[in-house]
Amino acid sequence: MSTTAQSIEKPGRSIWDGGQSPLKASYGKLMMWFFLLSDAFTFSALLITYGLIRTAHPAYEGAADDFVFSQEYWPIPEKVYEAVPFLHGVELPLVFVGIMTFILIMSSVTMVLAVEAGHRMDRKDVEKWMLWTIIGGLTFLGCQAWEWSHFISGTGGGGAGLSYNEYGPPDFAAFFFFITGFHGTHVFSGVVLNFIVYYNTVTGVYDRRGHYEMVEKVGLYWHFVDLVWVFVFTFFYLV
Amino acid sequence: MATADIHIKESAPHGDHHEEHEHHTNFWTHYIFTTDHKMIAKQFLLTGIFWAILGGAMSVIFRLQLGFPDANLEWIRPLLGDWITEQGKIDPEFYLALVTMHGTIMVFFVLTAGLSGTFSNFLIPLQIGARDMASGFMNMLSYWFFFISSVIMFTSLFIETGPASGGWVIYPPLSALPQAVNGSGLGMTLWLTAMALFIVSTLLGGINYITTVINMRTQGMSFSKLPLTIWAFFLTAIIGLLSFPVLFAAALLLIFDRSFGTSFYLSDIYIGGEALPNQGGSPILFQHLFWFLGHPEVYIVLLPALGITSEVIATNSRKPIFGYKAMVGSMLFIAILSFVVWAHHMFVTGMNPFLGSVFMLLTLIIAVPSAVKVFNYLTTLWKGNIRFTSAMMFSIGLVSFFISGGLTGIFLGNSAIDIQLHDTYFVVAHFHLVMGSASFFGMMAGIYHWFPKFYGRMMDDKLGNVHFWMTFIGVYMVFFPMHYIGIAGYPRRYYSFTNFDTLNSFADLNSFVSIAAILTLGAQGIFLFNFFYSMYRGRKATANPWKSNTLEWTTPINPGHGNWPGEIPTVYRWPYDYSKPGAKDDFIPQTVPFSATPESNLPHENELIRLEKEDDDVIRVDDKES
Repeated sequence: MSTTAQSIEKPGRSIWDGGQSPLKASYGKLMMWFFLLSDAFTFSALLITYGLIRTAHPAYEGAADDFVFSQEYWPIPEKVYEAVPFLHGVELPLVFVGIMTFILIMSSVTMVLAVEAGHRMDRKDVEKWMLWTIIGGLTFLGCQAWEWSHFISGTGGGGAGLSYNEYGPPDFAAFFFFITGFHGTHVFSGVVLNFIVYYNTVTGVYDRRGHYEMVEKVGLYWHFVDLVWVFVFTFFYLV
Repeated sequence: MATADIHIKESAPHGDHHEEHEHHTNFWTHYIFTTDHKMIAKQFLLTGIFWAILGGAMSVIFRLQLGFPDANLEWIRPLLGDWITEQGKIDPEFYLALVTMHGTIMVFFVLTAGLSGTFSNFLIPLQIGARDMASGFMNMLSYWFFFISSVIMFTSLFIETGPASGGWVIYPPLSALPQAVNGSGLGMTLWLTAMALFIVSTLLGGINYITTVINMRTQGMSFSKLPLTIWAFFLTAIIGLLSFPVLFAAALLLIFDRSFGTSFYLSDIYIGGEALPNQGGSPILFQHLFWFLGHPEVYIVLLPALGITSEVIATNSRKPIFGYKAMVGSMLFIAILSFVVWAHHMFVTGMNPFLGSVFMLLTLIIAVPSAVKVFNYLTTLWKGNIRFTSAMMFSIGLVSFFISGGLTGIFLGNSAIDIQLHDTYFVVAHFHLVMGSASFFGMMAGIYHWFPKFYGRMMDDKLGNVHFWMTFIGVYMVFFPMHYIGIAGYPRRYYSFTNFDTLNSFADLNSFVSIAAILTLGAQGIFLFNFFYSMYRGRKATANPWKSNTLEWTTPINPGHGNWPGEIPTVYRWPYDYSKPGAKDDFIPQTVPFSATPESNLPHENELIRLEKEDDDVIRVDDKES
């Protein structure tokens, strides 16, 4: 049908008149978008909560060089997150979390490439890029595990848990575990979803189905998880 | 993984083969693990009715205590066991649990899941012209999450320490510390678990409703031709989608405070002279998070009822709804405003008075769209050929409650007056009228109106009218006196007022309220009988018993899986062409093209005939091809 020519002659017709998908998206993709919108509100609530509790605590006032960990004020994040594996005792503020962030963002790039390969119906390429995305996600999770264990065991001051914290007020640690943990859970389920899609790609499910839309859908989820990390990173490590 | 149910619309035209499928079902796939939206709606309805009976019974038990504080309640011991004390009284802590569970059950399990779950599921596909929900599988999951949530909540009634008892708003620290009250032990844990599952259920349902309305409307069903019910369900689902995740976050944080030693909401607490280790949190924070859901929740409860009422009033007044666009606009406006007024529940938490006045202003603005809606209901009724069916009576009752309860909302929205009235029975009276009873009446209107579509039989109209009058008068007898009790300063949630000299003046009024409450609950027995009797023995329904315009009445009397045996009908006009001047009948269904009604067409509608002709050449694509 030459729809464009017809629609010019039909002023009363709109794509919203029913009988078709007005947003040019399948219901599955719409559902993913709405889920992400909803999930964005969950993360917003958590981050706003974090912001409110943090501002209710006094900030450190003195010079950065004189900073020591204390229960009296909120710590400077750069002083907390300065360890890198195998470089014990070297102060490298935010280097490790920077690497983690880079890995996660790179995994988003490989996801984009997987989606693009899916559009071309190129199974081999989808497999390759999905695998890289999965590896990126797993690496991120591994890094997080190391960072958590370092944070928990601490630097000689008793470490940190949900109700105690050598680096500052207990809430600092509690929020760190809660929010990065909640995000980590999302990354983990993302990796699981990616693996299922990878498996289906390898077994040729999407080739038989005639499209690689599932790759797009998990792609949306994966980008969302990355985007949330950017905010978590900003609020916990940079601000 | 639901990877299997992906359908991309193909550009190549294909016909509608749906009716050629034979659906082989057995008991389990037909009634229990069904993916058919109509059966899922009935599952929600019956579960909702179960919860409503339970929630109503609880209210009567605590009304006995309030109305007759000296009575011996030994006779309920067979039911409540040791919750009746040696002296034959209700255990004070159990009283708190009853109030809490009554609120939780009514707000979430009856008026959210029972109302939205039933009617969104049932009416969205039928009224927009779709075979089923976008994802039947997710719809099934939605019900089963709700079911598991129900089971857990129900279980919490039977544990030794009793169910949650910190009020349905579960404010910490009361709800966070098991030392505070018995109900904050295992009962609260179960409450939070049940609510987390409930939220998952709501989100699964809501995402489905929104997507279905956007993507699966039949040919010609533009948004401006949607029945107002669908607009209401659509906006309700969006509100739920954006507010429930915040409650989810709040509940998760509370779970951590309770079980894992964090201090998100806890600080500076002494129990028995001993300081708790928790430092740094803020209980007010929880209130902000809770009411960011809590206030939109009011509209999640109310909007579907208003949508149902719009449809029922227009049909039974035999008149087009007055101000269709204003109705949609006001619902949209209410939906937006519902997100920016939450702090009016917190005027007495010590918030900045300036912030209070901002929230007060925003709150009072809600009166505008609400008044628009009331005005439109009344003008739709004005000079209509009103048929006083049971559904119509309940809809008119809703409008009455919406007015009388809405007016007191203007009092309470004022931050200055709220200081006097906060947490008194005035508040209880207000929200029970405007949100509780109004939504309940909307639900009843919906059941009476769509019962023929549910079960292919009619409910008895006489019994329905008796049910209406008893409930209507009963509700006013219960909640009107409560305003006075509240103005006199009676605080809500108190077990007993006998120890306060100032609060002895209204003991007789409290007894009156309790008697009225018992009668009102008793009247629901009439409904239950009518409902279950009519399901099997009711008069057989005709295809369109209310002479209504909407699409669900073009289906067979007992629609099967897929709703329409043949092709899905095309829609040509809005759903409110009642008593159109010049028309043969006093209603013109949405499926009648303008070319078939030259006698009643308005000039601009004659223009549309040309479009209809072109429509016949358009090849329809059924999104739900399977």
